Amino acid sequence: MRGIISTAGYVPYRRLSRTGIADFMGRGGGQGTRAVASHDEDTTTLGVEAARLAIRSAGGASPESLWFATSSPAYLDKTNATAVAAALRLSGEIGAYDFGGALRSGIGCLITALRGAATTLVVSADMRDGLPSGADESAGGDAAAAALVGDGSGVLAEFVASASASDEFTDRWRAPGDRVSKLWEERFGENRYLALGQDAFARVLKVAGLETTDVGRLVVTGMHGRAVSGLTKKLGLSESTVPDDLTRSVGQSGTAHPLLVLASVLEEMAGNPSTEPGTVVVVVHLADGADAVVLRTTGALRQWQPARPVSLQIAQGAELPYAKFLAWRGQLLPEPPRRPEPARVSSSAAYRNVEWKFGFVGSRDRTSGAVHLPPSRVSMVGGAVDDMEPLGMADTAGTVVTFTIDRLAYSPSPPIVFAIVDFDGGGRFPVELTDVDPDEMKVGNRVEMTFRRLFSADGIHDYFWKARPARQGGAA
Amino acid sequence: MGSHGIRDQVAIVGMGCTPFAEHWGKGLDDLIVDACAEAFTSAAVQKDDVDAYWFGTAQSGMSGITLARPLQLRNKPVTRVENYCTTGSEALRAAAYAVASGAYDVAMAVGAEKVKDSGFQGLNAMNPPGDGTARTLTAAAMFSMVAPAYGQKYGVDDETMADVLASIAVKNHYNGARNPRAQFRREITKETVLKSPRLAGNLGVFDCAGVADGAAAAIVVRAEDALKYTDKPIYVKALSFAAGSGSGLIDPGYDYTHFPECEAAAADAYLQAGITDPRHQLAMAEVHDCFTPTELVLMEDLGFAPRGTAWKEVLAGTFALDGELPVNPDGGLKSFGHPVGASGLRMFFECWLQLRHEAPADRQIGTTDRGLAMIQNLGGYPGEMLSFVSVVGAALG
Repeated sequence: MRGIISTAGYVPYRRLSRTGIADFMGRGGGQGTRAVASHDEDTTTLGVEAARLAIRSAGGASPESLWFATSSPAYLDKTNATAVAAALRLSGEIGAYDFGGALRSGIGCLITALRGAATTLVVSADMRDGLPSGADESAGGDAAAAALVGDGSGVLAEFVASASASDEFTDRWRAPGDRVSKLWEERFGENRYLALGQDAFARVLKVAGLETTDVGRLVVTGMHGRAVSGLTKKLGLSESTVPDDLTRSVGQSGTAHPLLVLASVLEEMAGNPSTEPGTVVVVVHLADGADAVVLRTTGALRQWQPARPVSLQIAQGAELPYAKFLAWRGQLLPEPPRRPEPARVSSSAAYRNVEWKFGFVGSRDRTSGAVHLPPSRVSMVGGAVDDMEPLGMADTAGTVVTFTIDRLAYSPSPPIVFAIVDFDGGGRFPVELTDVDPDEMKVGNRVEMTFRRLFSADGIHDYFWKARPARQGGAA
Repeated sequence: MGSHGIRDQVAIVGMGCTPFAEHWGKGLDDLIVDACAEAFTSAAVQKDDVDAYWFGTAQSGMSGITLARPLQLRNKPVTRVENYCTTGSEALRAAAYAVASGAYDVAMAVGAEKVKDSGFQGLNAMNPPGDGTARTLTAAAMFSMVAPAYGQKYGVDDETMADVLASIAVKNHYNGARNPRAQFRREITKETVLKSPRLAGNLGVFDCAGVADGAAAAIVVRAEDALKYTDKPIYVKALSFAAGSGSGLIDPGYDYTHFPECEAAAADAYLQAGITDPRHQLAMAEVHDCFTPTELVLMEDLGFAPRGTAWKEVLAGTFALDGELPVNPDGGLKSFGHPVGASGLRMFFECWLQLRHEAPADRQIGTTDRGLAMIQNLGGYPGEMLSFVSVVGAALG
């Protein structure tokens, strides 16, 4: 049996209230919220967080391939999947590949993985931008999703069939280097997508040998909002089969969105005792054509305990003022602290310390047990030399011993919240906090680690770990 | 500790110190020339009479050439020294050892820093290329974690702690107001300290050392030669230094209420100088008050007050100019300013003035009959610190 072994979504902590846009700009906005990546997140770090959750929900994983799909890659030319793999501490023998650019790459990765033979970790992340007060800014969202695809009895949702309709027309486009998309007149795209979506849906059911009435869950995603809602109606399924598509809470997360909603649907069914094994789930994604996938849930889904469901992450979010959103997206340039900006990271130094920098791997003295963060050759207790074992700390929770707020230090979003953290089971590290308001800080607060981009200089991104308040469903 | 010390082997016979200020009109070379000229004059020597030079600067220049060029020293042994904020005192330690070893008759330590050309606020470290995982916190933020930890451990509530820290700032400004070379020469009130904008944690602008340009210099000779140069030499009783391993940052046992490196350096210095009761044997102490909580904790690390009691002593005025043990009678880093490479030597300069009764009358301490003065200079951060401690005296024996 081949299919999805584990899956997870990652919704960043901050939410922009759409009504806040109109309050500030005098127009635009809408109802609900959209998810906003923190100033220290990019598609690579979003992808890492989703993949960490998917692996944790699987109870560990050793995929043969890692495929990373995004329409807003942190690097071009350089592969971003290698950074994701390094942060996950996956073997260097895997194939780590980017599938970039188009909004179709995420669903393309998933289908290709499902139709292939290798155990593949499909990761997709996007950050969606628009011009202030525009529809894309409001409707878009930042999120990531990951799906572990492979064979065996642990499969949660078996792959049944897929069908694609590819078509060349210009509805939404973005030139390399541009931050925001441009759109053709809405009715043209709607017309194309309705036809393509119906075609792909009809063909995939035919290949699967199923009728419309066999479909238990229908997920339709795509950046063209009218086409998505129009197709959902036209396919004629009952309302109960159409789950929340997360556009009112997360927003349309582009390439990541079909995987994100699929993860959310499987999580909902896993926690729902009335869900029968064998439920047919169809995902249709509209982007330069239409892709349809049919999956069938298994008995394993009942036993599956997702580490941190998308619904929980949505509930845990905290509001971000629109002005801060604009600053984080580079649309407003607040006065920075009058301190020098950091210099670019040394590639060779970063490479020597890749396990520490990307994997948050310290060392433990075999004799004294003293934990060293970063790893050290000489022990601070007893002085043993070269008698250390590597110690991965990324999934270890900790407690705030003391903390401070630095209003003077350089940060892309001052002030810096900084704490001395003692980890469960030993080890201390002074570390910057993120996804936190200074007022929340208290000695004794529980924290967990998260992979972030500290800053960028000369186009080189400085990836490292920060701590964030431990919230339900975390490593703690 | 394994140090033998060089008690009474070396004397300081000449010193110079520029005003510490935002010297927009003076470059590093000007500051060096000014401080050295004063030192040469006070010891009645010429630059060629000095056999070897140690030049301390943290970031204002590299190599001994940075000193040799402005002074036009020809083929002299000139060495640049750097050791964070202890850079200036390290230059003096090297010069003193060189003379004590017999290698040279006359050696000079010069410390200088041109901070205000960076265009940025505060002090900024220029770090070597790295992997991007080092913290980028300011020193103020690192030291700001001390006061809450201290308060919690010893049951000092936030309001009292704020009062204690403000008292330290007020005292050092009071002293600095009586020092024509100090950067800040205005007395301040506790209210000013408490209402100043917060920079890091609960530390406000007035909890932090002044950032200034400046230079200071000292000429050292063998003790037996001292009276050839001046009738009031001051003798080196102790020189100690402790560099921490940095493990305080990652050791769950460290609690941010004390600086073990400073305790270690003080213990060694007291042994070298034969001091058993520093609070009553010392006439004064210059200590590294980079931030107000630093001075508080140092009062305990240096043995001036038992653990957990220094805050009461501060409130009682024990360390005031007319207190039982005057601390930072020149205004300290807080009011005198902190040109990194010069600060350690500036501390010696105040001991030089006070023990020779050359401080301005409104700042002259009344405890000089004790004959000994301390210099405590530190670098780095809580958990990852360097500490220098020296004791000097007005007489041999």
